[in-house]
Parts: sequence; structure tokens; C-alpha cells
Amino acid sequence: MKKTTPKQDLLRGVWRENPVLVQALGLCPTLAVTNTVANSLAMGLATFFVLMGSSFLVSSFRRWVPREVRISTYILIIATFVTVADMTLAAVVPDIHKALGAFIALIVVNCIILGRQEAFASRNPVGRSLLDAAGTGAGFVISLLLMGGIREVLGQGTFLGVPLLGPHYEPWVIMILPPGGFLTLGVILLAISAIERRRASRAERAAAGTMRRAA
Amino acid sequence: MTAGERLVTASPHLASGHTTPRIMWTVVASLVPVIGAAVWFFGPSAVFVIGAATAGALATERVFGRAGSLMDGSGLITGLLLGLTLPAGLPIWMAFVGGAFGIGFGKLIFGGLGQNVFNPALLGRAFLQAAFPVAMTTWPAEQVSWWTLRGDTFALPLMAGKAADVVTGATPLGLMKFEQQGTTLSHLMLGNTGGSLGETAGILITLCGLYLALRNYLNWRIPASIFLAVLVFAGLLHQLDPGRFPAPLFMLFSGGLMLGAWYMATDMVTSPVTNGGTWVFGAGVGFLVVVIRVWGGLAEGVMYAILLMNALVPFINRATQPRVLGTRERSGA
Repeated sequence: MKKTTPKQDLLRGVWRENPVLVQALGLCPTLAVTNTVANSLAMGLATFFVLMGSSFLVSSFRRWVPREVRISTYILIIATFVTVADMTLAAVVPDIHKALGAFIALIVVNCIILGRQEAFASRNPVGRSLLDAAGTGAGFVISLLLMGGIREVLGQGTFLGVPLLGPHYEPWVIMILPPGGFLTLGVILLAISAIERRRASRAERAAAGTMRRAA
Repeated sequence: MTAGERLVTASPHLASGHTTPRIMWTVVASLVPVIGAAVWFFGPSAVFVIGAATAGALATERVFGRAGSLMDGSGLITGLLLGLTLPAGLPIWMAFVGGAFGIGFGKLIFGGLGQNVFNPALLGRAFLQAAFPVAMTTWPAEQVSWWTLRGDTFALPLMAGKAADVVTGATPLGLMKFEQQGTTLSHLMLGNTGGSLGETAGILITLCGLYLALRNYLNWRIPASIFLAVLVFAGLLHQLDPGRFPAPLFMLFSGGLMLGAWYMATDMVTSPVTNGGTWVFGAGVGFLVVVIRVWGGLAEGVMYAILLMNALVPFINRATQPRVLGTRERSGA
């Protein structure tokens, strides 16, 4: 694997390899629990915490875990942190815990987390693994907040429960229903692909210009 | 096809003169009487709602569509048809959003005219129905004066209309479903009943549709099979229990069935290409309409019936492929 700088380890997951918006991983929670900003934030932070904790442990144990049982080891480690997150949410924000329901337990099978253990934490030192986990986790939180923000503002006229658009706002009911999740994600992916394409074509034109000048 | 592109096929070469714009503009012309009826029954509100839906469709086509796609008339048809499926009292900003959604997500996102899976106008309506369920099922009652607006037409964008000063009525299907109360058949055929703007004048829509069928701009098998399926299925149910199931002719002329069967289901892009397939498609639409109306939670089911069958069109096409001449194989298999 090519050597990367710590800065790259941290920032890669936020944009260039954003787990949801670029790699299209972890779509189940992204679609299911982003109907409000509060739900998105809770889900994002819980996943962030689980990712950080598991990456730390997996990376620390990487020399002692036999290859044959590595996946089950990861799952056990992840499940431990998910249980901690589950109980913490239930104690601190019982309403949100209720709203998220089974999706908190399902963080165990979130492929973003398992993917980072397999691809990064199990092969890299603890410090770099934590940076990678923080970047990926932040990318996930940002994606969920983007989804939750759009859906709550359109679907209820509020942001984090605070009315934004006045008492006469007509809510777009569809946005807080499942179809709204698919529509929002699709529009975000469309926008990102448009941005990336524009950037690529600009880079291409710049490269062509340089070549002409060199010749 | 843009100018300069050439389609090379084996001879003989026949030019029919039936270009996409010509067909589309003929359909637009055939819609004029239907729109006229909507204005006659619902007053100035009809003009505003249909105009806003069309403006939404055309603006989206202009901004995101390919150069020149505005002039082929298909965006205009989507806007007009969408407008005709909306209730008269809908705030016009909602109609605009519906038109924009129909063109943007119903057509352009698939690659433009000819690539879409679902009828864009109906997709726009389905979106509005899911987004603003209350506004989309508020049916204004008959007003004293023709000039009275049928609702809070000019509600500010994103704001709810003031529902208090609107006198609401019910659609014939709603009356039948929720109050077991029928509507005279002649009223249904002529159009002086509650309902969406363009769905009330059954006979007029039929005449306009027949004109298109005679010009061969729509496949007559689709409306024919839809009507047949509705008549047979609803007739059977009515025979079983006349008290519970409405009469087949009531089914035929109420709600959006006429507009849907003549103008929405026959969309060339989203209906099957084989003649055998169109019978399957139409029968499916008719069957689903009756199922949704009789057993569904909604009073009306034409929109969902057509959208569901739209999704099946690729499979219908594959299943009804004609045999290659002189062989026992299906073409393309």
C-alpha cells in the first residue's frame, strides 16, 4: 500500500473517499433514520464512537489476532462498542433512542465500520488508525447531517426542532417518509457527481494547456 | 434526433412525416377542448393551476434539458396533463413544484424524452400527492360565481393555503366510497361534478382521445383494453353484490379514468411497443384501478395503476416479442 501522510489519513474519509457519498456504503441507516437532524446526529455520533473505539482496539490487537478468525474478532469488538453506545443513548436521550429503534443495534453490521477494520485498522499503527476512523466517522456524520437537514427543513419546516419557516409553512410530508430519503440521497449524489465531473474536466483542460505550453 | 444525425437502415425507406414535434403538438391541440371544459367548470383557478404546472415543467426542461428540447412539445404536454389532474383550489406554487418534479425526476433524470420509465405527468402528481396530501384532496365545491377562486390559489410559495375560506365538496368516487352515495351518470359524463380539473368531462375527453386514435397518434388498444377490463371486472363484482360494489358504468366515467386511459396510459414512451403487449398493459391498468378503488384506502387509483403498469412495460415487451419471420424464434431472444 502506498504510504500516506497523517493529514491524508484524516481527510480522505471526509470528502474524497466519503463513506456514504462516494463509496455508497452504510446506506441503510443513511436512508432510514435521517428524517430529522436530531436522529441523524445521534446516529452519526454513535457510529463515530463505535468506529473510533473499534479501530483503536483492532489496531492494537492486530499482531495477535489470527487471520482465520479476524472477522469474528472484529464483530465482537464492534458489538461491544455498539452495546455501550446503545445503553448510553438509552440513558441520555431516551426519545431519540426510541426513534432510532433497531438501527442502533444494527450499527454492528454497518459495512463502513467493518470495512475500515479490514482495510485499514488491522494493518496500520494505532495513531494512523484513529486518524482514519476519525475522518471516516466525520464523513459519515456530515453525510447524515446533510440528509437530515434537507429532510427536516423541507418535511417539517424546522431545524433541530426549531421552526425556521414560520407557522404557515406547508410541510412536504414525502420528505420525512422513506421516498424522501431516497430522493434526497439521489439528489445529493447527483450534485456531488456533477461537482466532481466539473472538477475533472477543469483539471483535464489545465493539463492540456500545460502540455501545449511545454510543446 | 438532431439535425445532422443520420439513421442508416436497410431499404425500403419510407418517410411518414410524423415527427416527434408534430405528434406532440397535435396532442397539445387535442387537449384544448379539455382545458376549455376545465376553465368552464372551475373558473379562473383552472387557468392558474394548469398554467403554473406547465410553467414548472417548461422551466425545468429549459434549464436542464438538451438544447432545443423545449420545442418538441413534450414538456408542454407533461405540464398540461399534470395541471389537468390537479384539484382546482391547489396553491399554484405546488402546481409549479409538481411540474418541475415531473420533468426533472420523471424524464430528464433518465436521459430525456424516450428514456423515461414512468409517465412524467403522473410522477409529478404522485409526488404532490405524497408531499401535500391534504391540499391534493381538497375538492372545492361549486361556487356562486364563475369568477370566484376555488381555493387559496395565490398562497405564498412554501406556505399553506388558508383552508378556512374554501367551501369543499367531494368527488363522486369519494362520495361512493365513504358515504355510499352515487352520482347521476349523465353528470359524470358531462362533467359538472367535483374532482380534478380535467377529469370531469368524460365525453369530451373521449372525443378528443378518439380524434388522436383516428390520427393513429395513440394506440386505441390501450384505452379499449382498459375500459374492457374495468367493465368486465367491475361488472362481475356488481353482479355479486350490487349494494357493495358500484356499477361498471359509474366506474368507467368517474374519477380520472377517462383522462388516464386516453392521455396518460397511451404515452408512447411508457407503454408497450407490441400490440399484444398493449392488451396486457391495458387489462392490467383496468384491473388495478378497480382493485384500488374497491379495496384500497384511497378513493381513486388510476394514477397508481398506470404507474405500476409503467414499471412492468419492459417485461411485457420482452414477453410479447413477435416471432422472427420464417423462424420459430422470438426476435432478440
